[in-house]
Amino acid sequence: MRLKSLFAMLAVTTALTIPAFAQAGQVTLSTNMRNYGGDGAYLAYYVTDAQGKYAGSLWMAGGKAKYYEHLSGWYRASGGDTGEISGISGASVGAGRSLKITVDLADTLFDAGYQLHIDSAVEDMRDSPNEIVIPLTSAGSGQTVKGTRYIADFSYTR
Amino acid sequence: MIRSLHRWFGLVAAGLLIVIALSGTALSVFPAAEVFGTPAAQAISVAELAARVQAAEPSVEQIRRAPSGRITAYYFEGDQPASAIIDPATGQPAGSAGTSSLQRLLTNVHRSLLLDDTGRLVTAGGAAAMLLLSVSGLFVMARRAGSWRGILKPVRGKGNGRLHTIVSRLALPGLFLSALTALWMTAATFDILPEGAGAPPFPATVSGETHVPVASIAALQAIPLEELKSLNFPADGDATDVFTVKTERGQGYIDQGNGALLAWNDANWVDTVNDTAAMLHTGQGMAWLGLLLGLSALGVPVLGWTGVKVWLDSRRDRKRASIAAGEADTIILVGSEGGTTWGFAETLRGTLAEQGFAVHVAAMSAFAPERWTKAKRLLLLAATYGDGEAPTSAAGFLERFAGAPVRPDLSLAVLGFGERTFPAYCGFAAKIAREAEEKGWTVLTPFETVDRQSPQDFARWGRALAQALGQDFELNHQTVAPKLWTLTLVSRRDYGANVQATTAILRFALPVPSLWQRLTGKGLPRFEAGDLIGIVPEGSDLPRFYSLASGAKDGFLEICVRRQAGGLCSTRLTALEPGETVTAFIRPNPAFRPARGRQPIILIGAGTGIGPLAGFARANRAHQPMYLYFGTRHPASDALYAEELADWKDDGRLTSVFTAFSRTATPAYVQDILRRDASRLAKLIAAGGQVLVCGGRDMAAGVAAALADILAPQGMSLASLKAEGRYAEDIY
Repeated sequence: MRLKSLFAMLAVTTALTIPAFAQAGQVTLSTNMRNYGGDGAYLAYYVTDAQGKYAGSLWMAGGKAKYYEHLSGWYRASGGDTGEISGISGASVGAGRSLKITVDLADTLFDAGYQLHIDSAVEDMRDSPNEIVIPLTSAGSGQTVKGTRYIADFSYTR
Repeated sequence: MIRSLHRWFGLVAAGLLIVIALSGTALSVFPAAEVFGTPAAQAISVAELAARVQAAEPSVEQIRRAPSGRITAYYFEGDQPASAIIDPATGQPAGSAGTSSLQRLLTNVHRSLLLDDTGRLVTAGGAAAMLLLSVSGLFVMARRAGSWRGILKPVRGKGNGRLHTIVSRLALPGLFLSALTALWMTAATFDILPEGAGAPPFPATVSGETHVPVASIAALQAIPLEELKSLNFPADGDATDVFTVKTERGQGYIDQGNGALLAWNDANWVDTVNDTAAMLHTGQGMAWLGLLLGLSALGVPVLGWTGVKVWLDSRRDRKRASIAAGEADTIILVGSEGGTTWGFAETLRGTLAEQGFAVHVAAMSAFAPERWTKAKRLLLLAATYGDGEAPTSAAGFLERFAGAPVRPDLSLAVLGFGERTFPAYCGFAAKIAREAEEKGWTVLTPFETVDRQSPQDFARWGRALAQALGQDFELNHQTVAPKLWTLTLVSRRDYGANVQATTAILRFALPVPSLWQRLTGKGLPRFEAGDLIGIVPEGSDLPRFYSLASGAKDGFLEICVRRQAGGLCSTRLTALEPGETVTAFIRPNPAFRPARGRQPIILIGAGTGIGPLAGFARANRAHQPMYLYFGTRHPASDALYAEELADWKDDGRLTSVFTAFSRTATPAYVQDILRRDASRLAKLIAAGGQVLVCGGRDMAAGVAAALADILAPQGMSLASLKAEGRYAEDIY
């Protein structure tokens, strides 16, 4: 399926929804891109714990593994392992477009020091690791944060 | 097979390839432009450059070096991300970075037709088609040229086909390289190649310190700037982050506290091939090559257009307005190897149709008398393959013809097409004629032959046919509707006045073609001595052929003409004054030409037959041994080319010259001097010599008889010489 539509809804299950977590709820991640004047952006969504250690990946926008090293935060955290994102990747996101993904996230990830990271990269343009770094909290749901380079703004809602 | 493969791939892929090629041409300009906009390179280390950039822009995150040498830095201006081309001499921004939207659009059209992965696969298919077209085109070229070496020789042919060949020769190396590298790059994009070395595992422990002066990092000091691909600075405020450096040789991590090299992976062969393929395809880092590839790609639309035109022309030629077999009163069957006999069949069909006949034309292999319900006559036009075998379009004919019952309501005419220089001259047609005679078919016209596509021979048979049919028509066949040229006489030399046989050596100026004519091959074709010139006399449509006594390289066109009693063309030619013109065309005659090499050439001729032989001698600048035996009437009046022959003998172009005069006190014919010189001739021929005979029919018969006698004691025959291409005649 191509994900070039202006607005795409996806429901995915990720490595973070381990059955051990009793409670899990749907979380929607909404990303709006700037008109940065370039080809489609690769976006990596992943979570680190309170110690800053990598906890898992939520989504990878962009299908060509050879470009993943430009998502240097994710690449460093995950060791570049494409197994981390198997089944949770889609097309890159064009300038000015939006991406909306729904993921099942364990409740225990919230208000426990976990942080959601988004790395972005565009061909022939600068790499933008950790363009978004936002704590996962109950209060943060629905709050919009601004990106610095390719991402106009981002929010998650439980 | 390979030709139809080439044709169909070309037709299917032409549109796609033109889009890819033109966008590629447009893109090829950018690397060259980039070279001009890039500050001069510096022989410094990466450490030095990083320090300079950091001094100028302290917030720098990444430095990249493009294969062209252009250095780009990514940093912040306040909160705003910024980037700039860096002058490595100062580390200061020296221009805006970034790809123009035009270049990005062109790139996306070129590699994916703006259709993402689907488009990438389509363009990769285009590259594969280009590769196939290049290779199959090479085979077609080699086959046409006769050998692989022939590919590099001057192009024959004309019009679109010629332009197609010229352009493909120029563009082929570039197109081949572009297609090959494109396929590699696509394979890399879709991850179906072996993996590159990649990055080493991220170091688990770092010093925890920060802010080592970048200029002091030994690992970076050791890397010359021209090897750098990219250098990432550690993220501000993250003590666990590191310097990440990528070069042509590999990539690794450097501690931001102590400058230690924490991890390193050497690049492997896949990385190297990837980089090389990208450079060879895009010209980034090799701008001149990029421009060359861009120019080659410009050939693609030309190739597409001319290729389609050639195909359309050949289709049009093949379309035959032929009446259904069951409706026709006249059946023409064609046995053709190369296709020329079809042309004669078409002339015959057209002429008969004009006379009101209902004509059906088919290949001889489609022999089906049961379907010819209304037919009254069967005309067989048959070429010969090899040693009297059936040509391609007559496969299986003879067997079926022999097996079929005689149709008393059908009368039969057999016309053979061939070349007298081959031993089995019209052998296949002769077999048919014999078979028909034995079985008792009704004869419409006696068996006749056409030598070397001679329109005169064909017209002669046509007159017999017209008579047999009680009609009055002329078969006027023009082999390939030749382009006519106006040639101006520049000089004439006269002979034979004393022996009542006016003979003249006529020299014409070559018309000067325009550049366009030259490029499309529409100028006067290249010719060599021994080729034929067809001259169309006023008051006739039928051209008369004369053998050329000069090659194009001589810079003039020369023929030798004797006035024939009542001859329309020869009378006019022998009366031609300098400044006057004739209308003519050239027809190649490659079978009558000295073989290149060191083997001896024996030239035998009489009368105006000296013409092409003199041309061969004139062109013999390599001093290949050449022996001329020449018969003419009288030394005082008829010594054609006497001065030249003496000169050429002196300068080595002719080894020896023997002349027989038939109107002197001791008359002799050329065959007499051959017999007198028998032992030498036998030796020359035994040593691999080639015999070329030019002149009238009677002389040729005399010469053949003399040579047969000379060769017999050696156990050789004219037939075997002919088969080896060592005996050729040009007879009129």
